[in-house]
Amino acid sequence: MATELRPSRRRSWRLPKHVLLIGFGLVMLYPLLWMVSSSVKPTETIFRDPSIWPTELDLANYIDGWGALSHPFHFYLLNSAVIAILAVAGNLLSCSLAAYAFARLEFRGRNLFFAAMLATLMLPIHVLIVPQYVLFSQLDWINTNLPLVVPKFLAHDAFFIFLMVQFIRGLPRELDEAARIDGCGHIRIYWRIIIPLSVPALATSALFTFIWTWNDFFSQLIFLTDPELWTMPVALRSFMDGQGETAWGELFAMSIVGLMPIFGFFLAGQRYLTQGIATTGFK
Amino acid sequence: MADSVAVKPREAVTGPARGGGHRSTKRSRREARAAYLFLAPWFAGLLVITIGPILASLYLSFTDYSLLEEAKWVGFDNYVKMFTEDPRYISSLKVTTIYVIVSVPLQLAFALALALVLDRGLRGLAIYRSIFYLPSLLGGSVAIAILWRKVFGADGLVNALLGAFGIQGPGWVGHPDYALGTLIILHVWTFGAPMIIFLAGLRQIPSSYYEAAAVDGAGPLRQFRSITLPLLTPIIFFNLVLEIIKSFQSFTQSFIVSNGTGGPADSTLFYTLYLYLNGFRDYDMGYAAAMAWVLLLIIAGLTGVNFLASKYWVFYGDTK
Repeated sequence: MATELRPSRRRSWRLPKHVLLIGFGLVMLYPLLWMVSSSVKPTETIFRDPSIWPTELDLANYIDGWGALSHPFHFYLLNSAVIAILAVAGNLLSCSLAAYAFARLEFRGRNLFFAAMLATLMLPIHVLIVPQYVLFSQLDWINTNLPLVVPKFLAHDAFFIFLMVQFIRGLPRELDEAARIDGCGHIRIYWRIIIPLSVPALATSALFTFIWTWNDFFSQLIFLTDPELWTMPVALRSFMDGQGETAWGELFAMSIVGLMPIFGFFLAGQRYLTQGIATTGFK
Repeated sequence: MADSVAVKPREAVTGPARGGGHRSTKRSRREARAAYLFLAPWFAGLLVITIGPILASLYLSFTDYSLLEEAKWVGFDNYVKMFTEDPRYISSLKVTTIYVIVSVPLQLAFALALALVLDRGLRGLAIYRSIFYLPSLLGGSVAIAILWRKVFGADGLVNALLGAFGIQGPGWVGHPDYALGTLIILHVWTFGAPMIIFLAGLRQIPSSYYEAAAVDGAGPLRQFRSITLPLLTPIIFFNLVLEIIKSFQSFTQSFIVSNGTGGPADSTLFYTLYLYLNGFRDYDMGYAAAMAWVLLLIIAGLTGVNFLASKYWVFYGDTK
């Protein structure tokens, strides 16, 4: 009886629910929309006007902001992109290799190493950063991309090992057993069977690596002090520091440009992003 | 999916039983050799950029070290100085603690509330979920911190909106009483990621439970209290542990909003920002290393307390 009542009760709730959600969503997105509309207004009118409907479409902020620093803005975007792309390559390779071993192979100390890997997930980067800085400066790596890229090739982002282990463990074992009977070695099984079947996990890892590296500020601020190597976030920071108070429109415009890749990947890959955090619980 | 949400090392290590019980030792030796080969990059990283630096920073925390000169052993001086002679350290600890204690529960409350509203086949679920999730991806960036600085600035968006009602708001980010509040709001704004974890957890609860409860005459509130909430406690616990660990390490927001100073009046001086200023502006690296170790102990301690306390409120039923 009561179960028959539920649908009608739910229907009566539906409209207020949608009104509530749309209203709340607008409040959440309002700052972003305001930033976009402010970026196409002349600076002096930005703050008098809280509305998000631009009265005119003025791209001057984008043109001026692009050239406001010592290099054109795409220079910093390119620096960021190089680091992010290398980070993606490093994470995909090193973490999938480690994940295959943890998920499929038996060896002495596996439990111990797996526990160690999980423990590193909780480790704050700040405990490592000072000695890493000392190490990298002894290697003469400060003001190169190496401190930001090499750790990715050494599976330093253990989170992605964990994500891939979880995924590979869900793949049917019969496939690699069959391949093994056919005489395949582990490298072939990894490359021909596991990797092609793990594309969803790899896509999730690639997207998160890119977004996190693109957004990363702490380590880029520390390791890249030479303006010739500045990445987008470091450049934005210096922009704000230097002339931001007088050129907010331009700063907003460049901030939007800096967020665009994330936005693009969000639109293209949100299925992988939401599945990724749902299965592993990280972000 | 709730199963895979919780970190379960034991199960993950054991895995399903291998086919065929009698493998030759030759084969298992080959397998072990292959495993070490596959793990070689991770092993190298673990030694050189994780375990090595942990031990090195423990050592450095007992020294006076500025990168240019040899490290000089000073015993517990750095730790003593932190808690007795450095009021800025104490205020950074206080600011960060308030930030964590206020923003994490608020963020999780929003995440849970929205997950509950979105659950059970609401039309447009995917669109709502995406909109609420987007800030989680953007929230840690410099660009959004810059935006925040202006949204809550003296002549920013919030004050323009308040002005429409004739209210003259203060410069929120420039006011010692309100600046931290703006960072808390920024953290709450990124509730989308825990919301998605909650949604995944909610989907694991069999709808037959609700049907049975409805037959027994339980209203929606009673259903929430007796079914949803208890069955969701493992996920709440998981989100809580993660968000505490994460928010203790927040850096970018405080750096950008205060322009690297932690101001006004140290009201946004996050722990990690003060660590950065000591280590990488003043090159007082021994002190920064000691700060990092205290941070590690705080995080480890809180996680431990969380796990102990979870015995009393987290419900691990036999349904999983």
